[in-house]
Amino acid sequence: MYRYIINRVLLVFPTLAGAATLVFILMRLVPGDICLVRLGGGGTSFTAQALATCHAEIGINEPWILQYLNFLWGLVSFDFGNSMWSGKPVIVEIATRFPISLEVGLLAMILSVAIAIPLGTISALKQNTWIDLAVRSFSIAGLATPSFWLGIMSILIVLDVTQALTGTPWMPPIDYVPLWQDPIRNLSMVMLPAITIGYRYAAVSMRMTRSAMLEVLREDYIRTARAKGLINRLVINRHALKNALLPVVTVIGIEFAFLLGGLVVTEQVFNLNGIGRLMVLSVQNQDYTLTQALVILVVAFAILVNLLVDLLYAWFDPRIRLA
Amino acid sequence: MTVAAPTPTGISALADDYSLAPRGIFAISYDFLRRQPIGAIGIVLVLIFGLAGIFADWIAPYSPTANDFAVMTEAPNWAHWLGTDQLGRDLLSRILFGARTAFIVGLTAALLGGFSGLVIGVSSAYFGGQIDLWLQRVVDIVIAFPLIIMALAVVSIFGTGLQNVIMAITIPLIPRCARIVRSSALAIREVPYVDAARALGYGHMRIILCHMVPNVMGPFLVIITAFVGQAILAEAALSYLGLGVQEPVPAWGLMLQGGAEEYATTAPWIAVFPGLAIMLTVFGINLFGDSLRDVLDPKLRDR
Amino acid sequence: MQSGLRFWAAGFAVLLAAAPTIAAETAPKRGGTLTYMIPADAPPSFDGHREGTFATLHAAAPFYSVLIRVNPENPSSTTDFACDVCTEVPKPTNEGRTYTFKIRDGIKFHDGSPLTAYDVKASWEHIIFPPEGVLSPRRSWYTMVDRIEAPDPATVVFRLKFGTSAFIPALADPFTFIYQKANLDKDPHWYEKNIMGSGPFKFVAYETGQAIKGVRNPDYYRKGLPYLDGFHGIYAAKQATRIDAIRSDRAALEFRGLAPAGREELVKALGDKLTVQASDWNCGSLVQFNHKKKPFDDARVRRALTLAIDRWHGAQALSKIANVRTVGGIVFPGSPLAATKEELEQIAGYWPDLAKSRTEAKRLLKEAGAEGLSFELLVRAVDQPYKTVGIWLVDEWSKVGLKVTQRVVPTGPYLESQRSGNFEVYSGANCHGVPNPLLDVQPYLPKSYYTGNYGNFEDPQLVATYEKMLRETDFAKQRALMRDFEKTVIDGPTHTLYLLWWYRIVPHQSYVKGWKISPSHYINQDLAMVWLDK
Repeated sequence: MYRYIINRVLLVFPTLAGAATLVFILMRLVPGDICLVRLGGGGTSFTAQALATCHAEIGINEPWILQYLNFLWGLVSFDFGNSMWSGKPVIVEIATRFPISLEVGLLAMILSVAIAIPLGTISALKQNTWIDLAVRSFSIAGLATPSFWLGIMSILIVLDVTQALTGTPWMPPIDYVPLWQDPIRNLSMVMLPAITIGYRYAAVSMRMTRSAMLEVLREDYIRTARAKGLINRLVINRHALKNALLPVVTVIGIEFAFLLGGLVVTEQVFNLNGIGRLMVLSVQNQDYTLTQALVILVVAFAILVNLLVDLLYAWFDPRIRLA
Repeated sequence: MTVAAPTPTGISALADDYSLAPRGIFAISYDFLRRQPIGAIGIVLVLIFGLAGIFADWIAPYSPTANDFAVMTEAPNWAHWLGTDQLGRDLLSRILFGARTAFIVGLTAALLGGFSGLVIGVSSAYFGGQIDLWLQRVVDIVIAFPLIIMALAVVSIFGTGLQNVIMAITIPLIPRCARIVRSSALAIREVPYVDAARALGYGHMRIILCHMVPNVMGPFLVIITAFVGQAILAEAALSYLGLGVQEPVPAWGLMLQGGAEEYATTAPWIAVFPGLAIMLTVFGINLFGDSLRDVLDPKLRDR
Repeated sequence: MQSGLRFWAAGFAVLLAAAPTIAAETAPKRGGTLTYMIPADAPPSFDGHREGTFATLHAAAPFYSVLIRVNPENPSSTTDFACDVCTEVPKPTNEGRTYTFKIRDGIKFHDGSPLTAYDVKASWEHIIFPPEGVLSPRRSWYTMVDRIEAPDPATVVFRLKFGTSAFIPALADPFTFIYQKANLDKDPHWYEKNIMGSGPFKFVAYETGQAIKGVRNPDYYRKGLPYLDGFHGIYAAKQATRIDAIRSDRAALEFRGLAPAGREELVKALGDKLTVQASDWNCGSLVQFNHKKKPFDDARVRRALTLAIDRWHGAQALSKIANVRTVGGIVFPGSPLAATKEELEQIAGYWPDLAKSRTEAKRLLKEAGAEGLSFELLVRAVDQPYKTVGIWLVDEWSKVGLKVTQRVVPTGPYLESQRSGNFEVYSGANCHGVPNPLLDVQPYLPKSYYTGNYGNFEDPQLVATYEKMLRETDFAKQRALMRDFEKTVIDGPTHTLYLLWWYRIVPHQSYVKGWKISPSHYINQDLAMVWLDK
């Protein structure tokens, strides 16, 4: 078990290094650079000398290998540098946007778990009845709907419904306030995006719950418990659910791991000032330092959550724990 | 995604189930449809849109790219069954031709991604050791790498256009397939007949192709069908962000980006119909994929 | 006599009855916070001297004063300039080469220090003669300035190399914030990271990438202004978000301009609660050729491409779905230097007979051996109106047998393609602040004169015409030179295709008063006269 943990932890480093190298190369392959975007983006003309000044100021014209070594050194010493676009430290840029993305992600996860596990269980228990069909259709529809389309439609529906019912249309706030400052305003901003993402998240979890429950329900020990005369509810709760939950938790965890990178489209639709939008901006602006840091962040987040999930799995599955 | 323990099944499972004598493909399909009505619905949906895409040239009433300023944003009427968009282009024609784009993107990305993933996954499982270790690291990196940055970079370097969009969509699919295939393949590797084959002196290629690949076919087919749906959704998302196919090529995701938000209240049909088209197609693909998995994985089959 | 008296009495009574309404309509109320949106992502900095984007201006203009500006009471005018920190706009002396400004008394920066002519001089030198390493993208507008002097704390003198009517409009550029000399001396980059002005509002806070807040400056030198207690500017790059926000009153308006569909939606949803202001915009769409790539080195091919486009009907149709409207030449349609309709109709591409145009286009293509030519149009990945215009162009060109595909790229690669000449034809825009035709047409000059022209051509005749026009003092002669210049640019050698002028539509909640629309989204953004009627 301990060997397993140590192995997994050690493997994090080459993965991060690989991701860092990949983003480093990708960004520099894109034609143009941040100075062009800064100088020419507003439509004004600029001289070659202005461009040269900008390059020297930011340090883009240094040879790639030097930039790469600087970058790696920065990673190791936790100094991610300044954003090339605004000049502010990358940490500050990311820290101001991380909370809202995290909030949306967590809320989506909570919502989806709250829906998925009960519905998935019912669906498994009543396999092939119309309840099962309804739940399965609901979950497959969740996987089939483009999330941004759902987001657009949901804003419009809320606007139209509130206008019809109360006369004034209502829309979630467009600027962020932290949760502790004004919980109601904060929650009203993140609720719709969380539901939009949560729907798909719930769909995946629902299907996993259903198939895991189905598998467990066929096991011999369930049949034995029923034969012993145990009430069905106890059978489910005490024996089936516990064992079915393991793969479900795994799937929920894995989905959460990749949630951060997947928030991009939702944040565009709802005008959220989060990590996803920052990623789009930093690539469009060709802000190397910021993009590199963001990729490291997202990849590290994904790897760590995956690691936690695997460890959890390994801990709860005695076959692996005792190996 | 679940890592199912390997079952020595495949298409042969269907045959086992329904009779002792081997039967033709038509008979198997007929039985499949009878036993899996959900899957049948799925196939029907997919066929409707697929055939629409193939025969679009003949069935579409108008050209999908012809602007007609006389009929901008018209509601559905007898001349234009699904209405027109803000440039006067007939929505029905654009959706029909859009089906073609969707399936081209979906199938190409799924097949390319799937087969590349198959090769990587099986090789990784078969050779094991250092090769497995480093291949899996690459797989980890690409899976965790944010899709948007990859897509933006691909588009910025190579430009937009159908091939580049397909490339941007295929790249994230490869490692996901590789990972799943690898889990299935890993189990088979230890099975005695592989050892026997090695002992008999069979080459790597032969063992891989003749023994391992057929046995991961089950999960692989399910993955491919899932990928087609995911690829169509990915194209929609990329077009929404402006990184997908470009005007005036008809593509459902592009139609959602162009007209959807601006005209959502004044001309809702511009947003609703492409969205419905995507939903129904992916819905059908998923239904079919689900039934396929139910059939190929005996543990989930009904008693 | 009696009836006359009764008439006057009746008239007086009507006036009395109407008086409260009139008074209520015109008397601004103090108080309230204006929430508006800025339709962009956060800019690199709030330094007006350095940046050129409205994302900076809409956020920072309320904090600063400028020397002169377009008269905020009459912002649609192209000739009405008023003073901000000066006392009056001077007439030039010394054959148009010397402008002497008197600076107002009693202006203070937000930290209490007084604003003097030395600060004005230092700020303008920061713009026109920036120190090494400091960026000033609009320097080229001020090539006519020889030097700036401040003989005493209340006088600033601009000495020009030659007299030109382009100077005053250039001086009224809204990005020319007045900074403190002390800070500029200390660090010429200080204002890239700090805000310290003398404008109607004081800086409160900036939430990175999200919103900017300002509060009334109680010591503002215009007594009684600003009416607002404060403002809250939120960055919202997506148009749908902005439309929904105005509809639900999460924000009152955005100052750049919405697409016609947005206006329709808001009118439908809000009815009376919405006011829509609209104006011609000092921005236009154009097409530029790479003269080094065959067959665009052939003037016949270029001319054919402009003849193929139906601008008159296209403008009508596109104005319903995009921010375009007016057909015009290269000069802003509202300016006295602009071509009249009759003059326009003589130019290739503007002929009233479309069939004749297109036949001629096909003939030219055939003659040049470019029949059925297929090429790529480089387009920037921004929605309104670039993409719509792009689709329209592809369709128009297909009507003369050309097969055009679009290559849509984000800003960085777009600019890089232009600079490296890696394009055949690109579609772009020419956007300016205060309408100043003499400077606004600079982008059509070849690269040797204007570095931002990537057409890769030389035309010494064109440059000579321009130089002459810039210095011409007689208006009629200047106008004739402009017609000449225009014809060379978009007809004849046809270096560039001019398409359509943009149209600015700003719908806003009716309770916002005191803001008048102008041809430029850069003008009139200090919010001093805005008040809320609620």
